[in-house]
Amino acid sequence: MEKRKTLTGARIKKNVVNVIVHVILAILSVIWLLPVFWVILTSFRAEKGSYVSTFFPKSYTFDNYIRLFTDTSILNFPQMFLNTLFISIFTCIISVIFVLSVAYSTSRMRFKMRKPYMNFVMVLKLFPGFMSMIAVYYILKAIGLSEGSMIRVALIIVFSAGAGIDFYVAKGFFDTIPKSLDEAAIIDGATRWQIFRKITIPLSKPIIVTTIIKTFMGPWIDFIFAKVICRANAKYYTVSIGLWRMLEKEYIDSWYTCFAAGAVLISIPISILFLKTQKFYAEGMSGAVKG
Amino acid sequence: MKSLKKKKKFSEFPNEYSLGKAIKQGDIITRLSMLIMGLGNIAHKQIGKGLCWLAVECAFIWFMIKSGIYNLSMLPSLGWREQEKVWNEKKSIYEYTAGDQSLLLLLYGVVTVCIIVAFIVAWKAAVQSSYKAQVLAKEGKHLNTFKDDIKSLFDQNLYKLLMTGPMAGILIFTVLPLIFMMSMAFTNYSKTGDHLVLFDWVGFDNFAKVMDFSGNLGKQFYSVLGWTLIWAVLATFLNYILGMILALVINRKDTKIKSFWRFCFVVSIAVPQFVSLLIMRTMFQPTGIVNTLLIKYGIIDSALPFFTNATWARAMVIIINLWVGIPYTLLQVTGILQNIPTELYEAAKIDGANSRQLFTKITLPYMQFVMTPYLITEFTGNINNFNVIFLLSGGNPTPVENTAGKTDLLVTWLYKLTIEKNYYNLGAVIGIMTFIILAIVAIVTYRSSTSYKDEEGFM
Repeated sequence: MEKRKTLTGARIKKNVVNVIVHVILAILSVIWLLPVFWVILTSFRAEKGSYVSTFFPKSYTFDNYIRLFTDTSILNFPQMFLNTLFISIFTCIISVIFVLSVAYSTSRMRFKMRKPYMNFVMVLKLFPGFMSMIAVYYILKAIGLSEGSMIRVALIIVFSAGAGIDFYVAKGFFDTIPKSLDEAAIIDGATRWQIFRKITIPLSKPIIVTTIIKTFMGPWIDFIFAKVICRANAKYYTVSIGLWRMLEKEYIDSWYTCFAAGAVLISIPISILFLKTQKFYAEGMSGAVKG
Repeated sequence: MKSLKKKKKFSEFPNEYSLGKAIKQGDIITRLSMLIMGLGNIAHKQIGKGLCWLAVECAFIWFMIKSGIYNLSMLPSLGWREQEKVWNEKKSIYEYTAGDQSLLLLLYGVVTVCIIVAFIVAWKAAVQSSYKAQVLAKEGKHLNTFKDDIKSLFDQNLYKLLMTGPMAGILIFTVLPLIFMMSMAFTNYSKTGDHLVLFDWVGFDNFAKVMDFSGNLGKQFYSVLGWTLIWAVLATFLNYILGMILALVINRKDTKIKSFWRFCFVVSIAVPQFVSLLIMRTMFQPTGIVNTLLIKYGIIDSALPFFTNATWARAMVIIINLWVGIPYTLLQVTGILQNIPTELYEAAKIDGANSRQLFTKITLPYMQFVMTPYLITEFTGNINNFNVIFLLSGGNPTPVENTAGKTDLLVTWLYKLTIEKNYYNLGAVIGIMTFIILAIVAIVTYRSSTSYKDEEGFM
């Protein structure tokens, strides 16, 4: 009798704890989802302006999305979208090649500059990234890439030139591919290049996918470098500068809801990519920790 | 132990054809190839290779004559000619003569120095290559033809082919700009005293000014430095601890619909960071939705000073950073928790361990073991966390007469000083100081990570 009583007591206590835990989780989830939800609501809001008195819009409309793509007189969103797409495709290609090259060299080959290079890159990473920003602008100007359509080339260079620094995760991954595969191929008379192309790369899908996504997203997310390079050339703005400008004092009243619409639009592909690759993300990270 | 390591390093990549040997034992052609690069290769029938070296030398000489020597000569003075109006009699108009622009002179000077360093490296390689050709020819061994050389680029020398592009990118667009910016720290390139066009070297004056306790600038520096460190510690550890608690709670046996909870938190990662930060900023403005609703429902009487009061602003950036960062920690910790070998738990349970012991003796040590490197990179990342501060508070509130706001980190202050206020020299000093602080953290990291290598027994 006595024993059963304490058992039910323990069960009640356990249930109470469970309820509390779930309530707390629910509250926290609401906090985390609220801003996301708020943007989506705002993007469908009919009243203009950034300051409203109610959480839910008074009336809903699709006009913000339509305006984003049709009203190109002040802030040309379609143009910015195409600019960013163009830049990010080329950035992605160059960066992936760079990252894989460096990762393969440092993981699979032994040469004199290997250790010094790796240490050097560690030191480089410690500098605040945009400390070099102004200098980069002047270098680009000196080689004639700061005006007109060359700005696009300049942005591609800026986003991809440093790719050789972020190779550690990929290297960690390559380290986990058994070396015996390489050795067997060498015995069969394969050159290093053939091993790289026909053995290492096909085995590295997760890390290639992660790198592609990371580098593809760069130009969509960064706005500091893009702002410094583009200056006042609105024709070559990327999406993130555009969104940033929509919140500036002179635009915020008429563009705030369009900002929300733009934010939703660029979040959709990124969320899809992210959810699809979440698995790879975790794998890549555990590879890095091992390496 | 250390000397052993060093020895190993020496023997790992022995250089039989070092520059010293080339000078001592080289024949007349090898010695001549110190003047005419590639001569030794051409003499030993490596025509293609030799011509390449020669081309490098010619390009260098051409560059030096055309602009290199001038660039170097202007580096010490950084220019002195001001832009002047000159009366042109023929056209009867005023014409401007081109004055010196110190910034460009400095840039070209730095570039020239870098090119000279690169040339010296190439020169050394060329002499060694000539000597190698000499030795191999004497021993009657096979000398690589140009075709062999190209082939080897795809095989044993593949790293040279693969590393050239990335290295060039890093050197030109990261290292060179950094050297350039760092050299600015030793000049008076700033708005003060009208030195935006012409400026001079001033040695360590700027460092003295920034480090000076009594000056206004020094006071700002120490206050920003203090806040940067507080921010980095709080942001890193609160994120870690709270994220871990959240992950553990979700991972509990009795928690229902685990993946749903995880999804709720992870959704916020999918929104680009700058978008969510900008939205947060507008939500917490004095007339933003949060204040409006709080006033409307009578919870407060007047708007809360989220980003206008220093203490509020500091608390807000840390709290919002938690909103941004906890999902990442959650994702990582969940992955690690699921990776802990279940045998460990089972063995402990058989030995009669209770759930608290399981946590303190297995889960926690394992987490620390795996997460320490991550935590340290997070810490350095937070010291350089530009986005959160810049997009949320913009460093504000800023006291009058100061350039640094109460929530400014060293990096955002650097941004303000250079891009907004044009105190380039001070910005460069701040950048170097940030680097020094991070370097100290990194050295500590390095030490702790090597000590961890010895502790691999945990796995």
